Amino acid sequence: MSLLDSSFWEVFLASLSPEIWKDLWGPIGETLYMTAISSVIMLVFGIVIGILLDITNPNGLIPLKLSYTLSGWMINCLRSLPQMIMIILMIPVARLIFGKSYGTNACIIAIAASCIPMYARIVESSLLEIDKGKIEAAQAMGSKNISIIFKVLLPETLPSLIRGFTVSVITVLSMTALAGMFGAGGIGDIAVRYGYQRFQHDRLFACVYILIVLVQLIQGIGNLVSKRILKTRNLV
Amino acid sequence: MSAYLKIKDLHKTFYPHGQPLKVLDGIDLEVEKGEIFGIIGFSGAGKSTLARCINRLEKADSGTIELGDTDILSLSKDQLLKQRHKMGMIFQNFNLFDSMTVYQNIAYPLEISGVPRKEIKQRVLETAELVGLTEKLKAHPGALSGGQKQRVGIARAIVTKPDFIISDEATSALDPQTTIQILDLLKEINEKYKITILMITHELDAIRYTCSRMAVLEGGKITESGHVRDIFENPHSKTGELFAKVFMLFQSPEFTKGEGI
Repeated sequence: MSLLDSSFWEVFLASLSPEIWKDLWGPIGETLYMTAISSVIMLVFGIVIGILLDITNPNGLIPLKLSYTLSGWMINCLRSLPQMIMIILMIPVARLIFGKSYGTNACIIAIAASCIPMYARIVESSLLEIDKGKIEAAQAMGSKNISIIFKVLLPETLPSLIRGFTVSVITVLSMTALAGMFGAGGIGDIAVRYGYQRFQHDRLFACVYILIVLVQLIQGIGNLVSKRILKTRNLV
Repeated sequence: MSAYLKIKDLHKTFYPHGQPLKVLDGIDLEVEKGEIFGIIGFSGAGKSTLARCINRLEKADSGTIELGDTDILSLSKDQLLKQRHKMGMIFQNFNLFDSMTVYQNIAYPLEISGVPRKEIKQRVLETAELVGLTEKLKAHPGALSGGQKQRVGIARAIVTKPDFIISDEATSALDPQTTIQILDLLKEINEKYKITILMITHELDAIRYTCSRMAVLEGGKITESGHVRDIFENPHSKTGELFAKVFMLFQSPEFTKGEGI
């Protein structure tokens, strides 16, 4: 049903019909799969790169000016690419790894490549927020750098890391919708194929509901977890 | 008694905005074993830098620091870490770890020096009792008052049974009653375990209450040092004079009557 020949109300009612939704469970699964895998990859690499950025910072635990400047510059380069261009750029890489340049797995590479630098920066800024006195106290007690990172730096900034991760997962989700245009499947694919190319606005509406619910869920869980932690620490 | 901490001709220059700023300009200092030695000075006199040079949080440019038989400035990285296990530090802002409970905070220095779990438990409980925190072991620092936080700070500093503690403005963020309690605790620790304490502060009363000897730090130099009473009664430096004046002022009848000066 299209807004071109039906009223908004009719399209809205149609968008709730089981007929439309029965075709959506598959794409929802694909979107969740892409978001989950990409988020995990982003989490692991983002944390590692974020830690490296934080400690090689001129005021960090192991100041390495050259490496800090170079990695900062590389991250800025990657971040200056719009997500769509990143997807196109990653087509040959995906072909190299998976043997085909389209599909859900192929797009995960592009999503990770685009979101890791972003999350690394967010991790870095979370880690920089730590009260320097805590690091100094740990040093004064004779901590090795590795214990400072894992016993002080990460646990102390955990609520902020979680909030940053929440924001990033939502970015990943929105990028999966974009990746739908390039054969990744998922909600974005439905929205483009039916909503845009065939004017089936009822299906487009359904996609919008799904995305709204997913974003609310992700943000809600993130807020809940980080608030819970702050509460145990008596910081709120 | 022989000197335990010996500092000779210590220099440190910072370069904020490219301009040299001499923070420590030839410090000579001797602290005897088992005493509480006070260092007083105004903000910017170099007190904290001096404290941080002693455990090498800051690297001094030149001079020597000897603690017992150890030449602090020539220690290798590994030796420095081991040496730091043997010296405690207490901070103005407590610098406790919010992610850990009080128990975990006190246990942390033992954990990183590889003490077995069973012994950690025993030592933490002992120390918590000494500083009066047995009831609060499961709480997080966020739930504690300033005085309680500093007790955790002190417990954390003494749990490794160090010979030497640096107290960097430990009571400056606390109200007067709490300050006295914390100073009493420091005195108790000093007497009970014979721990040498270097007390850095800008608070006169804290020094008068706790220390037998003191030094006045002014513009990166020790301008005078000796017994606390002598310095208060017969100051020879600008800072010393000022402090003595302030001290007299607070005791003057006009002030105590509340009529202004």
